[in-house]
Amino acid sequence: MIDIHNLTIRKAHNAMKRKEFSALDLVKQYHAVIAEKNPSIHALLEVFEDGEAQALRADTEFAGGTATLLTGIPIVTKDNILIEGRKASAASKILENFVAPYDSTAAAKLRKEGVIFLGRTNMDEFAMGGSTENSAYGITRNPHDISKVPGGSSGGSAAALVMGGTLVALGSDTGGSVRQPASFCGCVGLKPTYGAISRHGLMAMGSSLDQIGPITKTVEDAEILFTALHGTDAMDSTSFYPKEIKAVPQKFRVGVPRAMMNMEGLDSEVKKNFDESIEKLSKLGCEIVDIELPNIDNALAVYYIVMPAEVSSNLARFDGVKYGYHAEGKDLMEDYLHTRREGFGPEVRRRILLGTYVLSSGYYDAYYGKANALRNLIRKDFADALNQVDVIVTPTTPTPAFAIGEKSHDPLSMYLADIFTVPANIAGNPAISVPSGFGGEGGRLPLGIQFFGRSYEENALFAIAKKFLGEDSDGENS
Amino acid sequence: MIERSEIEKLGILSRIALSEEEKDAFVKEIDSILTYVGRVKDAPLSGSQSASMVSDVFREDGEPHETGLFTERIVTGMPSREGNYLKVKKILPS
Repeated sequence: MIDIHNLTIRKAHNAMKRKEFSALDLVKQYHAVIAEKNPSIHALLEVFEDGEAQALRADTEFAGGTATLLTGIPIVTKDNILIEGRKASAASKILENFVAPYDSTAAAKLRKEGVIFLGRTNMDEFAMGGSTENSAYGITRNPHDISKVPGGSSGGSAAALVMGGTLVALGSDTGGSVRQPASFCGCVGLKPTYGAISRHGLMAMGSSLDQIGPITKTVEDAEILFTALHGTDAMDSTSFYPKEIKAVPQKFRVGVPRAMMNMEGLDSEVKKNFDESIEKLSKLGCEIVDIELPNIDNALAVYYIVMPAEVSSNLARFDGVKYGYHAEGKDLMEDYLHTRREGFGPEVRRRILLGTYVLSSGYYDAYYGKANALRNLIRKDFADALNQVDVIVTPTTPTPAFAIGEKSHDPLSMYLADIFTVPANIAGNPAISVPSGFGGEGGRLPLGIQFFGRSYEENALFAIAKKFLGEDSDGENS
Repeated sequence: MIERSEIEKLGILSRIALSEEEKDAFVKEIDSILTYVGRVKDAPLSGSQSASMVSDVFREDGEPHETGLFTERIVTGMPSREGNYLKVKKILPS
């Protein structure tokens, strides 16, 4: 048996290179874990049938000496990332039988490295939600406590990783959808700088906010995936990554937005764990500095205007005509009305209506126009703060994982849980969530801490996150 | 307070048929969300707002992929086809 619990990309690579086990052995073992655990956790919507065939190809690469660091590494991908010839439904009925006609740039890059695509993971429909309860194909459960949500919208990716069903995973993050499930499930989640990873072939939700990001057990694994995936791409005009990146600081100045720590709804255990984390950073030699973010109180309201506005525009393409689900009416208008009613779930319909409202003439200036002006102020607040400090630190979420069903009937309360993650998408900066301890009933629910950095300085986030976790260069926690 | 008639209009504008029950639920839910996000209306816009990251990212036209490379894959995904055409209902009334 391979010790998959402690396996990292580098360890798996070295073991396959030394022939301690093969990619086929690895895939067989993950398949066994999935068969055992997926029926109760429901992290994966589909396990690809050709996993073993992909593993055999990887083993050939190792035998021929052409293997790269990612060759033979099993990965699961969120159901909104296109892989040519495979289903991609965004956990929506409207795309139930949609087969990707081409590879996303992310999938193409991974394919070139010879990774093994194990399967596609459950999510909130079209990435709208923070609990993976909004899937048309059933809920996903938190492997730490199956009465709790895994977070969302990339809940299936985080749960698949933590239940031991894959070595690494990919998600997408529009307002925290990689970081929040990573925090709830006790793993690492990176939201890269806006545009750092190409979004070609990622189903669009909020185009000024969306980013693909890795969900992994160690910071080094996230770094390896980010290194493989990032870069300017001709297929995505919003993608950009500079050639020269600033060096990682020797001594980190860490900013704490103190005012945010007095917000209503911040769980006392989360607060205590955060204070302990600050203490730990200080002991590790970081300089802790209080910072001000004068417009941060409006970040969540700005997000819940800009995002639905973009959602209502992006999801206009699902009309039952070009592809996907089609409901038959007496005329074209009825086809549209019924296709979109039957094809979309309630949260998607709610956000489309909300977005249509804030974009309609008469309300546009008061909501969407004002939100964009405030967005620029928030961006500037972060830029100013990051002139004084190298990174900003907050809890990832105001509470540990909540119970299944607890917030599903109150959309606003679900939205308020995004308070710490949304600002990185509003501002475009990179942010990483790493495990910081446990809390909740019986102390068995993971808690997370989030580092927020300057644009294109993911390297600084990896460095401080490793320092915080005591992770050495082999991805081992000392 | 958002009116039921506004929800009905949004349903038509966004091409989503709404049931009667759903209209009632959306009036309540969307109203509570709008009350929360409405705080932006009163937020002061002090100082400079120009933190714009806008730059020209367009490339020159060219390097098209081979004609027909994706045709079959895309046409296969259409709900209704006739040969390599997308088949739709009549749009203009007769």
